[in-house]
Parts: sequence; structure tokens; C-alpha cells
Amino acid sequence: MAVPVKHHILSVLVENKAGVLARVASLFARRGFNIFSLAVAPTDDERFSRLTIVVDVEATSIEQITRQLDKLINVLQISELDPADSVERELLLATVRAAPADRGQVIELVQIFEGRILAVGHDVLTVSLEGAPAKVDDFEELLRTYGIVELQRTGRVALPKLVRRPQPRAVRAS
Amino acid sequence: MKLTGAQALIKSLEMESVEVMFGLPGGAILPVYDPIIDSSIRHILVRHEQGAGHMAEGYAHVTGRPGVAMVTSGPAATNIVTPLCDAYMDSIPMVVVTGQVAYSSIGSDAFQECDTTGITMSVTKHNWLVTNAQEIPQVVKEAFHIASSGRPGPVLIDVPKDVSNQMMDWYWPDTLDLPGYRPAGRGDPEMIRAAARALLDAHRPVIYAGGGILKARAADALRELAELTGIHVVTTLMARGAFPDDHPLCLGMPGMHGNYTAVTSMQQADLLVALGSRFDDRVTGKVDGFAPGAKIVHVDVDPAELGKVRRPDVPIVGDCRLVIEELVGAVRDLLAGGSEAPDRSAWNATIDGWRQKYPLAYEPQAEGDALKPQMVLEHLRDSTPDDTIVVSGVGQHQMWASQYWRFNHPYTWVNSGGLGTMGFAVPAAIGAKVGRPDKVVWAVDGDGCFQMTAQELVTASAERIPVKVAILNNAYLGMVRQWQEMFYDERYSEVYLSPDLPDYVKWAEAMGCIGLRAETPEDVQPVIDKANEIDDRPVVIDFRTDSREKVYPMVPAGQANDAIVVPPFQEGRHGEGGH
Repeated sequence: MAVPVKHHILSVLVENKAGVLARVASLFARRGFNIFSLAVAPTDDERFSRLTIVVDVEATSIEQITRQLDKLINVLQISELDPADSVERELLLATVRAAPADRGQVIELVQIFEGRILAVGHDVLTVSLEGAPAKVDDFEELLRTYGIVELQRTGRVALPKLVRRPQPRAVRAS
Repeated sequence: MKLTGAQALIKSLEMESVEVMFGLPGGAILPVYDPIIDSSIRHILVRHEQGAGHMAEGYAHVTGRPGVAMVTSGPAATNIVTPLCDAYMDSIPMVVVTGQVAYSSIGSDAFQECDTTGITMSVTKHNWLVTNAQEIPQVVKEAFHIASSGRPGPVLIDVPKDVSNQMMDWYWPDTLDLPGYRPAGRGDPEMIRAAARALLDAHRPVIYAGGGILKARAADALRELAELTGIHVVTTLMARGAFPDDHPLCLGMPGMHGNYTAVTSMQQADLLVALGSRFDDRVTGKVDGFAPGAKIVHVDVDPAELGKVRRPDVPIVGDCRLVIEELVGAVRDLLAGGSEAPDRSAWNATIDGWRQKYPLAYEPQAEGDALKPQMVLEHLRDSTPDDTIVVSGVGQHQMWASQYWRFNHPYTWVNSGGLGTMGFAVPAAIGAKVGRPDKVVWAVDGDGCFQMTAQELVTASAERIPVKVAILNNAYLGMVRQWQEMFYDERYSEVYLSPDLPDYVKWAEAMGCIGLRAETPEDVQPVIDKANEIDDRPVVIDFRTDSREKVYPMVPAGQANDAIVVPPFQEGRHGEGGH
């Protein structure tokens, strides 16, 4: 699940109302924009939710995407997070083959990556890993050696890095 | 005061000063139709929900106020999707209320249930599914605000039947709760100074005025700017009338069927001042070849339009009227400071040369031929008041109406530009006449378009709305025929309609209208005069026009505007006139 080279992370603050996610998805579909990954959850203020959208901008300018998004009535704020200036995290859950002969190696791999073993079956393990997307990519690739039965990633969430610099570039057009 | 949700809805519309609405009742909206009997709002009962939507659009076009339509759930809601999309494309303020099955039944595939807010999400500026009657006044207030402010557009309020029947405590909100909605107002002063500088420095400037001028009520400001700077103005299909055609600086309509001078002056300009226009593909032709040497000043209330098609050198987000007024001030400041524009007499002479060599023209009526549609329009134009409202459908007749009418007043031209909705004219003309009963309203329609929505003339007769309809009946889907002739080797596929099936005169009479027909040039003026005398019911004239007639000039689709094709009898002149 390597992220395309030309990707941008948008952190979008929206009103926590019914149908807002559908509006965002509908806009992307109607304008021909591509969503690479999407994560949604309420913020500390229950009136608002935050969407972290990774967009593929091969075809469309990030400026056009943000300006169209900004026209949605329920969208309050859009920040573009430069991957270099943001903290990104993603969670992976995987059920991986671990026959008795391989089990020790799989457990060792999970320990090296500081992941967790969530469930143990006769010849499978369900494991989890939370981390920076690149680390999660590496982990996934190594797990494949043993055979992945099922895999689910959350898509990334991100916040700006706490550095003494100006705020992330606001791309709101007004 | 305790009210039902339905009563609160009608009262909220009254609070928004709604005078008229267009609609058709049905199961899920029944509770809301009951209080209409006691309301000050005039309700016009349409024959098809699409008609309600286009009438609301026509009303909004000519009044500037949001048009209101009300229909029931399911098929009624889907029937009004076309007008919603039309209004969305042309930025027309409209508020549509739809009934919905009971909230408790949503998702159960109940009778006449459809996901109205889901279906209309991408063709409305915003929409609401009301889940509690207590929300109704707040939602209505927000709906009107969103529809009519910023870049106007359609909104939809979906009201489940149980919510309409629910009791609520009446209130009228004095605030809006729209934290994510802040329409633009004034322009950035620095950008306005840069734009003023560009206007004064340009050698070959053209103002590219779009429909945003009319939405922002900026016609007077535009005229002041043009006259102050001496810059010529093209008016797009959506901006016809925003700058008077009789004004010496007016170049008329640009684009695929624009006149030679409007198209070519933009191509050769060194500055385009785009005011409330959006570089639509029908104006630009092939984008890479559009106005290649022009610097762009682009003013729009919608930030997403700046750079969507062509990257502006001077982008200004703001209300067109406010920005143009600020621009006028900034130009005056520069002039007062001693700046002056370069000598543009050569450019102006070039433009005049094009105007003389390539006027809009058609081959004159020949003995025994069917009527020339352009000739019919010239007679109609010359026989009606200067401020007549002209409403058109979509196709050849629309282009000829835009080309051959002289629009000297804003809000006198109503048509479907962006979506290109056939069947728009009859219902939109009815809505326009309801909005401006003091004006003469002529619909110029094609025979194909007329057959799509003609039944609304029953509405017009029943409600005594005396619109006039001129059908340019060439017995074909004319624009499609033109493309098949020019680009598909004259292989005419499924475009023939017949001149007398239906019989338009009998059909008009069956709908309570006066029906008239003109087949020869001698018939034309008398039937127009007769139609103009009738003021108590709708009139329909069946003009039998020449199906061979094509709309010229034409820029073939996908080509740069330099590839403009003039009518065959003007061809020898191409390349002259400073070109």
C-alpha cells in the first residue's frame, strides 16, 4: 500500500452532522478527484469531526480540491499538512499464517516492530502495529513472507508537528 | 404558539417574503399543502414537477429573488432534479421543498420513497433532511440565505411527513448557524490596484463579462468601468443584457456561436478582464489555444473558479459589483496621479474593421423557401418593446435568439446555459411572467424543445399567465442536424421530427392558448402583430422555418477559436480587416 509520490494530506474540520462524509465523498466523485485514504472521527469538541484525507493529485491541483471542498457548507477549515512537517500514524491489523515451524519468527518480527499479538490460533496469529505509515508498510511487506490471511489498515491520521514555526499552511481560499 | 411542522414551514416561507411558489401536491407533502389555503403565498399548480422547477428558475432570473418550488417525494423529487442541476450550473437562486416519507419509514423502501438528499447532493449548493419540526424555521432561514448569497444556487429541503405533522413551538430565528459559510465580499486592495494598473497598461484589452455581473447586480458598475477605460465588452450567453448591445463598446456574444468580432478580439487581446465569467468550454474552445497572448484579470465570488481552467495573473475573490466599483475607484486614482492608457486607436480600428467585414448575417429569404429563422427573430425583435423578456430553450433557436435580439437591459434574457436543458423555455417563461407581470415575455423555442414541456401552457392558461411562444419549427432537432451535416457526412440519424405532427396550432388551442401559424414571409408580421394584441391568455405561433439553415459563425468543437467558421458567403473575406 505504497502512497503515490504526488500525494497531499488534507486535515479537514467539519461539522459533526449527518451526511457530511457523503457530501465530501460525493464532491470527490463529481469532480473526478481521487481519495487515496480517508479517516474520520469526532474531535474533542463533539460539534466537529476531523477528516484526514490523503489525496492523489496526479490529475488535479490540490488548490482546486481544497477550494471545492471549502464550498461545502459543513466544512469549517482545511489545512494541508506537508508530510515533512506533520506527525502521521496508521494502524494495521493482520491475521498472518504462523505454522508451528514459523511461529517463532513471526513473534520475533512483531517484537522487533514493537507490535502486538492480539489473538493466537492453531496456525495463525492476529497482530497489530501502530506507527508511521512507512514503518507500517515495511511491517506489512515482511508479514507477506509468511502469508497474510486478512489485513486491514485504517488509513493515516495526521497532525502538524510541534515545532516553533508558523502554523501549517492554511489553504482556505478566502 | 404551537404549530405543526407544516404550518411552521409555510409561515417561515412567508417570513422570507415569498410571494409565489410553483408546485404539485402528493402523498408525503399533503400536510404542507393544507396551510397553503390560508397563506398569503400564491401557489401555481403545475402539470409536471420539472415545470415547477424551471418556473422557479425563470422567476429567479428576472427578479433576482429565490424561486420557490414545492413537490412531493419519490418521482416528484426525481422530476425536479433536472431544474436543480440547471440552476446549479447557472447559479440561479432557488429553494425546493420536497415531501419525504415518514422519518420512521426512511430506508424501508416505502411507497414513493427515494433518497432525495442523496440524489440531489451534487446538484445543490446545500440540502437538508429535516428530522425535527423544531428545526424548520432555522433551516428555512439558512436555506434562503445560502441560495441567495455568495455565488447563488439551488438548495433543497426534504421534509418527512411525520415531521410535517409534528407540533413545534413557533419562533423566527434572528441568527444563522453556518460556521463554515462565509461568502466573499470586497476584493483584496492590492490585487485591485494591480488590476487597475493592468487595465491602464494594456494595448488590446477586452472585458469578458459573464453571468456573475447579473447575479451581483453589477450592470451599472460594469458600464461605468467600460466607459471610464474605453475598453470593449463581450457578453457571454449568461450575460446577454448585462451590457447594452446598442452601446458602442459592446461586442456581443463570444464563444462557439459567438460573432466573429467578439471571438477574435478575445483571441488577439493582450488583456482579458474576466468579470463573473468562468472560462466555460463553449467560450474558450480548445483551452490551450484560447487568447494565447492575454494576461488575465479574473474576478469571481467563487474562489474555486480562479485558476480552475486558466490561471489568472491577477486573481480577485469578491462580489463582482463591489470589486468593479473598487476597480473604478482605483483606475480613477491612477488617472488622477497622471497615469494614462496607451494609444489604442489602432486596436479600436481593427475591431471596427472586423465588425464591418463580419457582421452577423444570413442569406436573404429566397422566393418560395421556408422562413429564415433569423428573419423571424428580427421581425419579432422589432415588433416588441425594448425591455421585452426573451426566454429560450436550447439549440439553434437559442443561439439565433442570443445573436439576433438586441439586449439593452439586464434581466431580459433567460436561458439554460450551462446544463443546456431542452424544454426550459415554456416553463421558465411562465415563471418570468409571474415575476415580472408588467413586462412582455416571449419564449423563443424550438419544435424539439417545445414538445418536452409544452403541457405547462395548460398551467399558464389556467392561471391566466399570458406568455407568448414563438416556435421556430424546422421539423428537426436542428442543432444535432447541423452537427450531423457538418461533422458526420450528412448522415442524419434520428433527428427528423415532422413539421405538422403534432399540429402545434391545434395543440395550443387544446391547451387554452391562441394558436397561430406563419408559413410564408408575408405571414410573419401579421401573426406577430396579432400575438402582441392578445393579453389575456397565452399565444403560440408555429413559424415554419428552413431546416437547412445553420448557426454561424461556428468554432468546431475541440478546436481553438482561431478556427472560427463564418457563413459560406463571408468566407472570401477571411484574413482581412487587420487579422
